[in-house]
Amino acid sequence: MKYINEFRDPQKAQILIEQIRQISQQIATDKPIKIMEVCGGHTHAIFKYGLEDLLPKTIELVHGPGCPVCIMPRGRLDDAIALAQQPNVIFTTFGDAMRVPGSKYSLLQAKANGADIRMVYSPLDALQIAKQNSDKEVVFFAIGFETTAPSTALTTLQAESDRIQNFSLFCNHVLVVPALEALLANPDLQLNGFVGPGHVSTVIGTEPYRIIAERYHKPVVVSGFEPLDILQSIWMVVKQLAEKRCEVENQYSRLVNSAGNAVALDAMQRVFEVREMFEWRGLGDIPLSGLKMRSEYACFDAEAKFTFPGKQVADHKACQCGEILKGVMKPWQCKVFGTACVPEHPLGACMVSSEGACAAYYKYGRLSIEREEVKVN
Amino acid sequence: MDISRWKMRQGKKKFQERTVTLAHGSGGSAMRDLIDDVFVGSFDNPTLSLLEDQARIDLGSLMLLGDCLAFTTDSYVVTPLFFPGGDIGSLAVNGTVNDLCVSGAKPLFLSCSVILEEGLEIDILRRVVDSMKAAALAVGVQIVTGDTKVVPRGSADKLFINTTGIGVIKTGVSPAAFQIQPGDIILVNGSLGDHGAAILVARGELSLETDIQSDCQPLNGLVDAIVSVCPNVRAMRDATRGGLATVLNEFAQSANVGIRLHESAIPVRKEVAGMCELLGFDPLYLANEGKLVVVVPPDSADEVLAAMRSHSAGKDARIVGEVIANPAGVVLLKTEFGTERIVDMLVGEQLPRIC
Repeated sequence: MKYINEFRDPQKAQILIEQIRQISQQIATDKPIKIMEVCGGHTHAIFKYGLEDLLPKTIELVHGPGCPVCIMPRGRLDDAIALAQQPNVIFTTFGDAMRVPGSKYSLLQAKANGADIRMVYSPLDALQIAKQNSDKEVVFFAIGFETTAPSTALTTLQAESDRIQNFSLFCNHVLVVPALEALLANPDLQLNGFVGPGHVSTVIGTEPYRIIAERYHKPVVVSGFEPLDILQSIWMVVKQLAEKRCEVENQYSRLVNSAGNAVALDAMQRVFEVREMFEWRGLGDIPLSGLKMRSEYACFDAEAKFTFPGKQVADHKACQCGEILKGVMKPWQCKVFGTACVPEHPLGACMVSSEGACAAYYKYGRLSIEREEVKVN
Repeated sequence: MDISRWKMRQGKKKFQERTVTLAHGSGGSAMRDLIDDVFVGSFDNPTLSLLEDQARIDLGSLMLLGDCLAFTTDSYVVTPLFFPGGDIGSLAVNGTVNDLCVSGAKPLFLSCSVILEEGLEIDILRRVVDSMKAAALAVGVQIVTGDTKVVPRGSADKLFINTTGIGVIKTGVSPAAFQIQPGDIILVNGSLGDHGAAILVARGELSLETDIQSDCQPLNGLVDAIVSVCPNVRAMRDATRGGLATVLNEFAQSANVGIRLHESAIPVRKEVAGMCELLGFDPLYLANEGKLVVVVPPDSADEVLAAMRSHSAGKDARIVGEVIANPAGVVLLKTEFGTERIVDMLVGEQLPRIC
């Protein structure tokens, strides 16, 4: 595939690995350099290509909270399921949200129990279903970071322009920077730098990460998703650390600029406003970290149109996702990893989708755990 | 066999109905007319035409072919019914033929049991049955018994087919997963994931324009070519639902061995790879309907590869990996970066990733 294979060249990867090894030796530390890849897409790629095994022992990757499916709290899932089970509702959702467990069961199980739940590939598909089913109320389960929020916003504007009355959104969009700030404010956090999310940054640009570099003194490198992108971004983070710099750098300049996508940001601004508080699975309540529909769009807001439980449901007591997301603990050090908590029956956020740290370790990397144990101890 | 009734049936009148009704499953004359014209007229063999409740197969002729009977069943519920590269009819014949022939059996007889949804167009049913007829003819199997049920509209999705097959395994051939040993070599007969990708595109939900075709094809000729050069083939399985990854995990667990795949050797069409990139799917788990996974002793690998490549169903055959002692029960993938990762059993079905 043109413009894909070029970013998967093993020889070039070896060169980058050697450069990472050399530059990491310039950093005086008796602990591994901990770099968090924020985005679930990065986590997935790191495990898929086995990049962690290529890195020198001086570098340790911490898998962040950037999987939009994983961070959906159980209470919100319960609300989604309650919406889907209302009479006359067609509930539409992205595919990978189907398996996320609520407090009792998932959307997949709710569908098996008779709810009309349909998998779509974009909110526009959901709007099309609304046009084809004027006697039903079609609800779209709007989840994801700033990556997917613009398409939800533009679909809302399209619904308004088409005067569609039987379409609404259950808005659960979240914002990446407040989540990173919440992590950074935690005294337990053990991180040296960030590989920043690429897809989110195509929308928001690189500027919003400046606070992380300036206030929290952590380097951020916005990265693409191919193996060489990720390795180069790690090298750029380590280079900053070696040079005692804390800046926002853009490795993904072929798609990301500093200001972001003005059209996407404008659509988001028109349709959404920031919530005072939003609950994240594994991290708890984070202020100013979620989006809700503006009151002008209440006619497209499922939270205004329907009643549902709206209760917070605590994470499972045994779940230690919070510690894993903060880099304090490795997935396999959690006492329920691979026993009570497996991809088929996830207890915690990180085991929910293949982009979650625990699920990725469980699915791709169980064999490397012993090697990692040696490295950690 | 008395073939007078078969000849008598060949002069039957044309069935005129346009859609399937509940009457066609009632056991009365409407059902008889449907079966006579659409099924018996098309499949056209003396055993079926007797219309007994069972096919009667001469044991003596079977025993001349080998010493073991292979018996399998599979149901077909694909949506859409017609897709690039095949349809539910050819799938129902080739799928069951392949389940037989990977045991080393010569496929001989199939049943055809259909569940029809009230309102199905008869023309669609005819197209499917004609496709079954052509597929059976190509393989040399006969469809010798069957059943027809009609369910009320909404109780089934248009048309479901079950085919059960019987074949005879040649003496001395007995591929089975438990025989796999460390050092054995793993081969596939061509590109992976074509059928799964073709079905996804054919459902029209992705708004993708591709020319991906299902790989729906019979594998009996290819198996004959393999067995002719390697009668002691360790194991063979057609990689249908769950794809190559699922078959290899089953092999690893059955034989309590490890398996190492080589990413660079795994054949995947660029169109399929591109679609997988877009959706976050792994082609190793996508369904195939004409792909075979073969495990052979190391000293037979080159000869088997050459034999496979000499057959039209195996011209793109590759060696994709080898059997290792440890870690037992696990499938590993050696990436192009030289790292290794686990290729696990799939949890549920693959779901497209959000971003």
